[in-house]
Amino acid sequence: MRHYVIIGAGVAALSAAQAIRQQDNLAEILMVSDDPFGYYSRPGLAYYLNGEVTEEYLFPFSEKEIQQLNFFRIQDRVTQILPDKRRVLLSSGGGLGYDALLLATGAAAAIPPVQGIELQGVVKLDNLYDARQILSLSRKARRAVVVGGGITALELVEGLCAQGVETHFFLRGDHYWSSVLDEIESRLVETRLIEEGVQIHTHTELSEALGKHGSLEAVRTTRGELIQADILAVAIGIQPRKELADGCGLKTDRGILVNERMQTSCEEIFAAGDVAQVYDPASGKWILDSLWGPAREQGRHAGMNMAGLPALYTKPPAFNVTRLSGLAATIIGAVGRGRSEDEVDIAHGESQAWRDNPDAIVARAEYHVNHLRVIIGKDTLLGAVVMGDQTLSHPLQYLILNHVDITPIRDELIAPGDRLGAILQNFWLNLATTHAA
Amino acid sequence: MLRRFFKQETIKRQVLGTSYVVPDSSRCIQCGICSFNCPIDIDVRRHAWVGEPVKDSRCLTCGECIARCPRAVLRFQQTSLFDAQQAAKEE
Repeated sequence: MRHYVIIGAGVAALSAAQAIRQQDNLAEILMVSDDPFGYYSRPGLAYYLNGEVTEEYLFPFSEKEIQQLNFFRIQDRVTQILPDKRRVLLSSGGGLGYDALLLATGAAAAIPPVQGIELQGVVKLDNLYDARQILSLSRKARRAVVVGGGITALELVEGLCAQGVETHFFLRGDHYWSSVLDEIESRLVETRLIEEGVQIHTHTELSEALGKHGSLEAVRTTRGELIQADILAVAIGIQPRKELADGCGLKTDRGILVNERMQTSCEEIFAAGDVAQVYDPASGKWILDSLWGPAREQGRHAGMNMAGLPALYTKPPAFNVTRLSGLAATIIGAVGRGRSEDEVDIAHGESQAWRDNPDAIVARAEYHVNHLRVIIGKDTLLGAVVMGDQTLSHPLQYLILNHVDITPIRDELIAPGDRLGAILQNFWLNLATTHAA
Repeated sequence: MLRRFFKQETIKRQVLGTSYVVPDSSRCIQCGICSFNCPIDIDVRRHAWVGEPVKDSRCLTCGECIARCPRAVLRFQQTSLFDAQQAAKEE
């Protein structure tokens, strides 16, 4: 009987456990995590915060169904990995032996290095515990300050706003999420936030958090401005939790480096999910994603390889659908604009690949709240941002992910005018009918 | 006038009667909003996890899950159940 140890309890960990179980019915699978709640939808926390879903619905599998998968869950923290002895040590004492080990430890919110950050009332959004804490604080809080860019920061703003807390949003630059969205797209989001009563402070940076008796009372900006606040929510990016890998000498960069089999520099140790920095043969680089879909796929591939079934993971172009201040938004491929001032690194729900600023032509069309931006390469589409109406979201997902040749419509796309949507829609319908025939 | 009203209604019923709710798993984050909003408690989320259409005989095709999904995972898709020609082609 083979012994598998999985560190983590997120989607990468769960899909790895499922994949191992499919290959090996007798294996002993141990899942070690310090999260007392086990497996739940971490991206769903945003909708728990704004009241769209109740806590019980965040758990996709019942306790009984988890038991049917036949693996043991251990609530503990792994303190050290001993690769030579194939053992992990637990904080409660004792250890676990393994034949194959998976690190699916995920990523934690980066904490800005300012004074007073340890005060009660300073929050982040990593897990259910954090979400519960925000909800309990917002019952009494009158004012909150959110610092950061990206999806998580916006989710915090929307969540706090929905809980009836007066929310202030600090942005370092002059518009929201400047690494991925262009100015028009950011303005679309910002306008809607302002309508909801959010106060946006551009060119504003946090300098310190001030409190009394250990609780937050106010925040000070670098310009010396003092804002009274009961909650300070930070989402300036994430840091992969790779300390265990560093501690046992695995090769790491910003995350744990893995090959296409999700294998680290040690043969029987694998990594998947937010903590893994995956080799992308197309670009020859190791890419860090914090996306849920890829985490599930990486976990599945890691599980298969751990159980001895060779499976190569190919990184798909980064793709996410999310809601930005109530507007559905699809972000596919390379749409980026380099670095953002608001984040030290990528945040939850993001991919490093989006920030690539390709050598390409941008075409755009706007229709009130609906916005479409397409990045046109030599003969394929490289990326797209679809905001509002999502009719073109599925077609663009297909065209970009499958590198469909767009030479027949390239000139039309580049030509000025706002027929972009119609041209793409027609092209898509033609493609669909020729495929069907 | 009345005729047009009935025609619209017929088309609507036809679409509802011959369509399933179909998920695109690659978009789903298992937040559970679809299951939470289903009036007859179908676990729509589970269908999205395994990537299968909601072929539940109780499904009202009310579209509540489609409208509430924050990530555009779900769509109505016409099925070939009542179209013999199409069904033959698929086989």
